[in-house]
Amino acid sequence: MKKNAWLVAAGLIAVALAPSCKPKGAESAISGDAASKVYVAPGEHDEFYNIVSGGFNGQISVVGLPSGRVLKILPVFSVNPENGWGYSEETKPMLNTSHGFVPWDDLHHIAISTTNAEHDARWAFANANNTPRIARIDLTTFKTVEIIEIPNSAGNHSSPFITQSTEYVVAGTRFSVPTGDNTDVSIDSYKENFKGHISFIAVDKESGEMNLSFQIEAPPFNFDLARAGKNKSHGWFFFSTYNTEMAHTLLEVNASQKDKDYIMAVNWKKAEEYVKAGQGTKKKANYVHNTWDEATHSATSTMMEEVLVLDPKILKDIVYFIPCPKSPHGTDTDPTGEYIIGSGKLAAIIPVFSFTKMLAAIENKDFEGTLDGMPVLKYESVLHGEVEKPGLGPLHTEFDGKGNAYTSMFVSSEIVKWNIETLQVLDRVPTYYSVGHLSIPGGPTGKPHGKYMVAYNKITKDRYLPTGPELAHSAQLYDISGDKMQLLLDFPTIGEPHYAESFPASLIKDKQVKFFQIEKNMNPYALKGIKDARVERKGNEVHVYMTSIRSNFRPDNIEGVNVGDEVYFHVTNLEQDWDVPHGFAIKGANTAELLIMPGETSTMKWVPDRAGIFPFYCTDFCSALHQEMQGYLRVSPKGSNTALKFSTGEVE
Amino acid sequence: MKSLSTLNRIMILIAALLIIPSYFTPLWQISLWAPQYPEGLNMKIWIDHLSGNVDQINGVNHYIGMNHIGDEMFPEFTFLIYVIGVLVALGIGAFLVGKRWSLYSFFVLMSLFGLAVLVDMYRWGYQYGHNLDPKAAIKVEGMSYQPPLIGYKELLNFLAYSGPDTGSWILIGGVGLLMLAIIRDRFEKTALVI
Repeated sequence: MKKNAWLVAAGLIAVALAPSCKPKGAESAISGDAASKVYVAPGEHDEFYNIVSGGFNGQISVVGLPSGRVLKILPVFSVNPENGWGYSEETKPMLNTSHGFVPWDDLHHIAISTTNAEHDARWAFANANNTPRIARIDLTTFKTVEIIEIPNSAGNHSSPFITQSTEYVVAGTRFSVPTGDNTDVSIDSYKENFKGHISFIAVDKESGEMNLSFQIEAPPFNFDLARAGKNKSHGWFFFSTYNTEMAHTLLEVNASQKDKDYIMAVNWKKAEEYVKAGQGTKKKANYVHNTWDEATHSATSTMMEEVLVLDPKILKDIVYFIPCPKSPHGTDTDPTGEYIIGSGKLAAIIPVFSFTKMLAAIENKDFEGTLDGMPVLKYESVLHGEVEKPGLGPLHTEFDGKGNAYTSMFVSSEIVKWNIETLQVLDRVPTYYSVGHLSIPGGPTGKPHGKYMVAYNKITKDRYLPTGPELAHSAQLYDISGDKMQLLLDFPTIGEPHYAESFPASLIKDKQVKFFQIEKNMNPYALKGIKDARVERKGNEVHVYMTSIRSNFRPDNIEGVNVGDEVYFHVTNLEQDWDVPHGFAIKGANTAELLIMPGETSTMKWVPDRAGIFPFYCTDFCSALHQEMQGYLRVSPKGSNTALKFSTGEVE
Repeated sequence: MKSLSTLNRIMILIAALLIIPSYFTPLWQISLWAPQYPEGLNMKIWIDHLSGNVDQINGVNHYIGMNHIGDEMFPEFTFLIYVIGVLVALGIGAFLVGKRWSLYSFFVLMSLFGLAVLVDMYRWGYQYGHNLDPKAAIKVEGMSYQPPLIGYKELLNFLAYSGPDTGSWILIGGVGLLMLAIIRDRFEKTALVI
């Protein structure tokens, strides 16, 4: 009896102590020298530019690494009242689509231009997910200079990935949709009427201008992500697919049934030959092509009407399917181009495929079957090996150029480092929390700079001072130069970053445009000096040709405008010096300010709604007399005969 | 009068020819630095025009009521090309004459020219720095903004530098050659013609 009492007591103590036995979790220690590794002293520059997608803000963030400092928010697919993007007359056409003006999109992925599989960082490409488009950003001005809409596509997620010398940028559709004339169909006719189109957009070597070269009509799967082959696999492109079940409702369940989906391998060199040989079919499709002209400082939107489509059911040797376990998300090719890594987000292993084995399997017709006449390769014939027990929910893989791969694990909220050749797991670190994409400088290219890695997380919770229900998304910077990954920095980001790329700052920092030459300003409303400042009336349109230079507008007293007139302020910033933008805003305008760079002309349209005196002023603190940089515009009632008058500095 | 050695005569010729680069190189430079202009603003004065950040300097200086700098501000630009031409011609003349007096005369002429340039620069700088618009936005009691003639000077938030540029340095080198010729000539024992 006594013995039992002791046992009970011991049991009670054990229960009481149990909580202290909870295994150590995510609050992993940060070692002492982390701060000095991310410290960029005042006046010093970061080593890398990090071009980060903004997700649902439709913009791009430009971040410095290793400091994690945000350098700029660069408007792409969403209006940006901060600098008039999408509000000024010159920029509005950039956001035009076949659906008209679209002020927002969801920007997921970044591709930095490459030559021979190395970053040249001339341009950044970005995708619009919702209303399918691809944008090109000039990295000497950090400005969106081109946007092309993708026809026959919906949910442009598998985009904008590029070939190794930026020959093509691709756009695979997430949603398969009916196309052509037969689009008003019942949703349950999915299998016969829906198509998954993959677009190849050619990029001009010199100008970077994009041109929708051809589309491949693929089966109605969901296309998720993609990577071009590089070096030895140059000429091929790999697309991950899910919902090969071809479900159209409750995909959460119905698209997760098969043990294996596919990585679709496309021989684009072969496709190019078929295009040259005239094997494609021209089909009607409306999509816009918007270009920014830096000479006129304005955009043009052109409606395109045709697209060339290749049918891989007939052209049998351009599309092959590699079985890949459980709804692969990322498909990534290693720096040599030999290995293709499929990250099955519901899979317990990470399959690594061999390009050499794939070619042999195609050569030997080592097929397990066909899909609509397109060969499905045998899994084992293409497999290099599987990474065992990597973690839960593998999503994306980046490379350090030293033979290692780094895979993000969404469900187990960690990053796993493993050796590509041996498939051994070498290290793992926690992320905070639920990591999505990873980014290593040069990571997707043939020449990674294996020094840092950034994890972009989907959940933030308690990482920073709380800000109500909506939180910033968190990112972590790791030092990956040693055997073990080391957490250096935890920082909040803008929007919801998905993919990002980084490259050495030295590639572009000395090529930055500092201001626009006023003599070369070809905007039809540009002024070359203060003498030409004037106001002209054309019917009910009033054109104000205005100059801004420290610290005045010319003209700054305007009369003779009536309620209901369409007033256009064409403001030219005459400054010819770096970092002297001028702003322009007028009371009651139903639009955003203009932010005009030195040497540039921007136009604001304003329709005054009432009579009175309307002040306008410079919104960018430009000089010691910035607060004096202002003017008045008099609005008279509709039909008034107030004389048109304008002046600067005249006192009666 | 005493004839010059061949080498001394050649030195006169070189000094005369070294005036020619004045047509293609800047003669004077003025630089300004401020906290907002860590990279500096630089203006170069050539034989007949200005170059560099003239517009930015004007933009900054209009607040304190300084005149707008422009080519029209320098009447020297209309005749300096001829003055320089005459100097080259006289230098070649001195070489051809080859007498001691021609060397001395050319040296004195060049020195006077240099002095005249400095006086002219000072006169311009004084005018530019003192002749301020009474309606200027920023007025500092008792403050004038005359740039330094040669060297550095602090003017409000700016540090100003003024000094000779490439063309002048070449010219000064030529004058140095003339001095060398004079010294050589003084110490020559006989009229030994080399």
